[in-house]
Amino acid sequence: MTGATVHRTDLRYRLGLNLRAVVGRAYPRVIGANREPSWIFFEAFLPLLGIAAYVFIYQAFGARALEDASDPAAVAAILANTNALVASVVLGGTMVSFWLNVLWSMASQLYWEKEIGNLQLYMMAPMNRMALLGGMAVGGMLMTSTRAVATLVSGVVIFGVVFQVADPLLLFAVFFVTLIALYGMGMMFASLYLLWGREAWHLSALMEEPIFFASGFYFPLGGLARIPGWGSAVAFAGTIIPAGLGLDALRQLTLGATAFGGTLWLFTPQVELAILAILAVVFLVLARYALAYLEMLAKREGKLTSRHQ
Amino acid sequence: MSTHWRTFKIAAWLGWEMDSNWTEPWLFVVYSIVKPVAGAFILVLMYFVFWFLQGQDQAAFDYMYVGNAFFIFVASTLFGTFQVIQSDREWYQTIRYVYISPISYYTYILGRAASKVVVATFAVLVTLAFGTLFLGVHLDFALSEVPMFLASLALGIAVLLAIGICLGGISFLTAKHVHGLAEGIPGIFYVFCAVLYPLSVLPGWAQTIGRGIPLTYWFDITRRILSPTTGIDTTLEGYTDMGILGLLLVSTLVFFGLSVVIFRTGEYFARKAGKIDMTTSY
Repeated sequence: MTGATVHRTDLRYRLGLNLRAVVGRAYPRVIGANREPSWIFFEAFLPLLGIAAYVFIYQAFGARALEDASDPAAVAAILANTNALVASVVLGGTMVSFWLNVLWSMASQLYWEKEIGNLQLYMMAPMNRMALLGGMAVGGMLMTSTRAVATLVSGVVIFGVVFQVADPLLLFAVFFVTLIALYGMGMMFASLYLLWGREAWHLSALMEEPIFFASGFYFPLGGLARIPGWGSAVAFAGTIIPAGLGLDALRQLTLGATAFGGTLWLFTPQVELAILAILAVVFLVLARYALAYLEMLAKREGKLTSRHQ
Repeated sequence: MSTHWRTFKIAAWLGWEMDSNWTEPWLFVVYSIVKPVAGAFILVLMYFVFWFLQGQDQAAFDYMYVGNAFFIFVASTLFGTFQVIQSDREWYQTIRYVYISPISYYTYILGRAASKVVVATFAVLVTLAFGTLFLGVHLDFALSEVPMFLASLALGIAVLLAIGICLGGISFLTAKHVHGLAEGIPGIFYVFCAVLYPLSVLPGWAQTIGRGIPLTYWFDITRRILSPTTGIDTTLEGYTDMGILGLLLVSTLVFFGLSVVIFRTGEYFARKAGKIDMTTSY
């Protein structure tokens, strides 16, 4: 065995190599995007409008309910519920940014790299493929944070949403574990999309509105679970996407467990955090296996670099 | 003229193949239905949650549902138009070949958008049928109103195509922002054009913006024909049906002229800067 080979199997070297790969893949997402100023307008400002529309729906419902209400207690209840629903939309809007990033910049990315001819370069490079996906995830999270923060700030400043955070540590824990689980899922999809080929784009498109619905992005997920019959089944299916449980916990932690009379929550935030942690581990492990399997399959069938298939 | 028509037909066929040939026909049909129905269901659940907390408001629900169904045209037509340049440029990297061929690129884009309009029509019909049959949405459509409905629909789609071409002209010069545009531009109309709630809900300045966008009147006349809403202050009661049709006609002509100007300007600067076939991937 040569000295060079010994050096390359050294743990410290491999760790350094993979960390450099993470930074290297995250770099173009953060720096490259910032070199294109129009990105801020298209990716951070414009999407706020869609969220504003959902806010106005609840405000319209609230205004019509107030027309018929004269009892001060009823008026206070309507105002509190409307604020909580608007806050639910704002939190959902921040999560939408991350989910869209997972779909279009994580799940579809390896397929996209194949289409533009970068995939073979990645495959030839000596780092672990998980480091490549990890770099994409880190870069994506940082890039998407701009839009998420813009949504949150506009929710507070423009729509006057009031958040009451009683347990900031738990809030941060839920948020970051949700992101890890979400991006772990994106890493798993990235490999699967290589197998599905041209259907991948359409699959991503198909996982927008149906997932916004099933995971309760714009309403408390417990509302879906309260529909007799199919509601609970769809809500349960929606919790497989980490954003569903993450949002439910984040809403409880920022609006208070008593919001909506405490009737529209699925589980306690602690239980949801535990489930999210399990999901994060499961998705990361599955991503590792899916990547190895798909790489082997693509090489065996010789389709790793075939475009438009 | 025959060149334009031939370009339109072939581009429409190409658009249809690109939209549908990635899968089996039955799966394409399911795909075309699931997305809009799920979009409608988000609103149904928002209404359900509010109803669960505060009580029923069927008129507001009907107003929202019909507006949302017709908004499918807005999202699909706009996306179908402005994504052509960026998908040909960034994804398929075929823009250089199409662009130098002896056709009108403007007509080619319209042709490519045609398949999206057809699929959107199907999705709108399915969404309306689903709402009427399963969600109790009240539609009141008289046969005598068919000509008025078709005229307003044609004018509404024409305005949308013209706006889409304006955006396409801008996208000659921008990086790969299809998804931001796809979400954001329809978002402007979603907020200001009385799609889901009447203009009266918006603050004064936003109502003024809404009144300046022709699609606001298109949604209003569509609702007047399909689902006359009682008890909801639309703030547009002063306009007659024919007045709205006339306004839509003028808007179509204005936006068509604007689309030609913006498209040619974008094209000119993109050629000058060598951006016609650039790729921007990070």
